[in-house]
Amino acid sequence: MKLVIAVIQPHKLEDVLRELDDAQIHLKTVTNVLGCGRQKGRTEVYRGRKETGNLLKKVKLEIAVNEAFVKPTIEAITKGARTGNIGDGKIFVIDLKESIRIRTGEEGDVAIG
Amino acid sequence: MINSGDTAWILMSTALVMLMTAPGLAFFYGGLVRRKNVLATMMQSFFVLCLISIQWILWGYSLAFGPDIGHFIGSFAWVGLKGVGMAPNPDYSSTIPHLLFMVYQMMFAVITPGLITGAFAERMKFSAYAIFTLLWATLVYAPVCHWVWGAGGWLRNMGALDFAGGTVVHVSAGISALVCALVIGRRRGYGREPMPPHNLPLTILGASLLWFGWFGFNAGSALGSTELAVWAFIATNTAAAAAGLTWMFVEWKITGKPTILGGATGAVAGLVAITPASGFVSPLSAILIGIAVAFVCYAAVAVIKIKLAYDDSLDAFGVHGVGGTLGALLTGLFAQKLINPAGNNGLFFGNPSLLLTQFIGVAATVIYSVVVTFIILKVVDRFIGLRVPDEEEVVGLDIAQHEESAYTLLD
Repeated sequence: MKLVIAVIQPHKLEDVLRELDDAQIHLKTVTNVLGCGRQKGRTEVYRGRKETGNLLKKVKLEIAVNEAFVKPTIEAITKGARTGNIGDGKIFVIDLKESIRIRTGEEGDVAIG
Repeated sequence: MINSGDTAWILMSTALVMLMTAPGLAFFYGGLVRRKNVLATMMQSFFVLCLISIQWILWGYSLAFGPDIGHFIGSFAWVGLKGVGMAPNPDYSSTIPHLLFMVYQMMFAVITPGLITGAFAERMKFSAYAIFTLLWATLVYAPVCHWVWGAGGWLRNMGALDFAGGTVVHVSAGISALVCALVIGRRRGYGREPMPPHNLPLTILGASLLWFGWFGFNAGSALGSTELAVWAFIATNTAAAAAGLTWMFVEWKITGKPTILGGATGAVAGLVAITPASGFVSPLSAILIGIAVAFVCYAAVAVIKIKLAYDDSLDAFGVHGVGGTLGALLTGLFAQKLINPAGNNGLFFGNPSLLLTQFIGVAATVIYSVVVTFIILKVVDRFIGLRVPDEEEVVGLDIAQHEESAYTLLD
């Protein structure tokens, strides 16, 4: 099992969700987050004063998947989120030790989907 | 002889000026700070409304408007409103109850220290703020108010024109705000980390309420339901609109985008500048005053403040001090007897001496306010400490000073 974490542009969320749906990946958690990468955030101007270093609005997806779905998930997110511009985001994949369905108490692979 | 129309309008105006402090100023400033300080900031406006309402009845009104002592201050003769009754006082207005004049003036005494809070936002200890405000209202506001408006006050005798409080309210508060910003020092991280306003819709709501309340402030200062009130009403709206427009266009040109914060700031600057002039100038003059103040205040907050690196956090000095000073001086240019026979003609209407009188009024207010505010701050700092500890500043004043928070993480 793997946990796929993706940080993407908010305006690409709909595209990513559609691609995930098409790939039969329905389980996901989505949150609004703030962050920045190499572009070091954005500059805003208040009363003529430049405020640099304001964090950018991003969307974070967390998707737990079985091994077979790791690659399709990454492909779906990449397809939906890529514009080719700076700020498209990142995907991280980490090993997932355990997964438990609260309702039934099932564990492991069966609990994920 | 009490006139019911005049009385009705001043009752209404009193309520309008009250509205300027809370919610007006509270929301205006509350939206501009970071989310961890919004309640503490709004608290300062709400608290001053409660505190000075009482101070004014107990001794404030007597010191400001009571029987003159040496053209400098009122006596204690009217402490607790002794002798202030329903009969009109012809020194102030012969057509409304003296008590109504008292409570109308109370709302001015309330908002003036409230304006200063923008300078030390996000870092002042609440206990120190409470003491500072009480001392400032008593030792700075009351005397300056007496000079300009009190019967026997030396600036009133000299013929300085201040229709609704350009010097009494805005110059005194604005310049004191600068002293506060310098004495208390910058916020931690100022200039290094971003400190953007946390909720601009609150600020816009506040600015719009200020504009609305300002009709009571300026048109109410006619102290009657008169033609003069109509002139002041129109001048007020006109200057606010002209300054708001100008500020947005200046931004559009300089930073590339017009902003609603800029429009709101410009409108408030226009309202400040027209305050002393509102009962003496034509609508066309009000447009020019609005345009001028937008340029000057923009330079003050967007260029000069940043160059000099003082942290007048919400621009109490940049808008009220600078705008009020400009408005008082422009009154010396644009005033005309055609609008208000009880006023005077300014430089553009053949009377250059008024400009000098206006200048003396501003200069005296600035010097006195700077000196006394500085002393009050030093005394309060010595006994209580002006500033919260560093860790409280990081956590935010809402939690640290009041143990409440505006927004919960989970609903």
